[in-house]
Amino acid sequence: MRGNVIIAGIGHTAFGKLPGRSTVSLNIEACRNALADAGIEKDAVDALLVKPPTSNPQFMYGQSLAEAMGMQPRVGGAWDQGGAANISLIAFAAMAIEHGQCEIALVCYADNPRTGSRHAYEKAWGDDAAYGWFGVPAGYAMLARRHMEEFGTTSDQLGAIAVAIRRHGAANPAAQLRKPLTLAQYRESPWVVDPLRRDDCCLVSDGAAAVVLMSAQRAKALGVRKPVPILGFGQGQSSWDVGQRPDLTRTGAEISGATALKMAGLRPSDIDVAQIYDCFTITVLMTLEAYGFAAHGQGGPFCADGRLEIGGELPVNTAGGLLSETGMPGLQLVVEGVRQMRGEANLQVQDARTCIVSNQGGIMHTHSTLILGEAA
Amino acid sequence: MSPAEDMVDATFPAPQPGPAAAPYWRALDEGRLVFQRCTACGNAWLPGRTECPRCLAPAAHWETASGNARLVSWVVYHHGYHEYYATRLPYTVAVVELAEGPRLISNVIGDANGLRIDMPLKLVIQREAGVALARFAPG
Repeated sequence: MRGNVIIAGIGHTAFGKLPGRSTVSLNIEACRNALADAGIEKDAVDALLVKPPTSNPQFMYGQSLAEAMGMQPRVGGAWDQGGAANISLIAFAAMAIEHGQCEIALVCYADNPRTGSRHAYEKAWGDDAAYGWFGVPAGYAMLARRHMEEFGTTSDQLGAIAVAIRRHGAANPAAQLRKPLTLAQYRESPWVVDPLRRDDCCLVSDGAAAVVLMSAQRAKALGVRKPVPILGFGQGQSSWDVGQRPDLTRTGAEISGATALKMAGLRPSDIDVAQIYDCFTITVLMTLEAYGFAAHGQGGPFCADGRLEIGGELPVNTAGGLLSETGMPGLQLVVEGVRQMRGEANLQVQDARTCIVSNQGGIMHTHSTLILGEAA
Repeated sequence: MSPAEDMVDATFPAPQPGPAAAPYWRALDEGRLVFQRCTACGNAWLPGRTECPRCLAPAAHWETASGNARLVSWVVYHHGYHEYYATRLPYTVAVVELAEGPRLISNVIGDANGLRIDMPLKLVIQREAGVALARFAPG
């Protein structure tokens, strides 16, 4: 089914502080913008798939949203997989379209932890709270320490990732954080949970994004402008929690990436631009290793020397990612991937024909990978 | 501080174990670190579960750990996520692997500067706000 389903439209809200807006309202704004971008009427949509809001999970959220949008979709609902769910829902929609279960799908996500509750990111990990084990950053810090000690990965190499992505975000007029970062500033950034500093950690943001999917054939019939083909996708899970995970430096991103690349018929060297889930700098480093851009353990040197910056060998998160554009967990990376494949990105990678996008959730528990091709 | 005096700190995030984990905390309170071993396949694990995660058998017994372990990884908190631990910064949280195989979240006692991965550790049961915790020290 490589290339049979395309992304026809993208949309998002403003990012940052959006006080007083419900996640349903934010989702509707993003969907409205994505439908307008695709040139599609709401009534043509027969699938509505949504990642539930991380900060406030609700029962039957997909139905609440469909009702608020006045929709009675054939296919609908929410998928609980943390940050990996965006791409997993896109992959599910693509398979559903391919097999005649629906024709035009909206996939969306909204959350408002910036002006709402951040509790989901700061909570205790069960009875281990007795040992002071709290918060999402600490889980990633635990993976980072093992990687640094086992392979010699340095704080400066993590810093190079933040520097690259913050540079890209600073150039994005829609980014929440438009302040570039130097390596010297990174080194002065305070510890949150050592070995991670404040500037290793993503933003906390209100906002929403949405994409519209349909078959390539349907897009042609409707005259959709610059449809972006889905070349591959795949998933992988590392279900052991950090305290039980047998190898802290390997994750389900390996099988997720390998599955997507196999489906696309591509190798890592064929990829022109990457949108890698950057909730923390270490996540980028480990995902690039897992995808085969660097050997296991060699992600540190790979990420240094400007390789990830625009103009470098593998530009990453060209709109600023979670570190700079918006802390929203993942759908903004797909949106930027589509802009790159349309040739319409703010920091456009010249002649980019392939883009790999990673989503992940938990402490690198869930992984989903998407590969996009050049717009027709 | 005596245990009785210690116990007045109501802000301590005390464990609220369900039935599967209660024997673990009871044993720790009696001075023993225990883990579960499957009576069907011999797999050993923590935390307490009702089924073996390898063979799915619903039969396991509790064994006492030797107290020998190694350091898998560690972090040092400089941000307080909880009112009790916010007054104890900086503090170290570690992933520890027991000689018998199971892994657990713990604290390593002492200066974090001397820590290295895979270094040997020894069990030290300490009370925090009256609750027995399985902590470790280099050695």
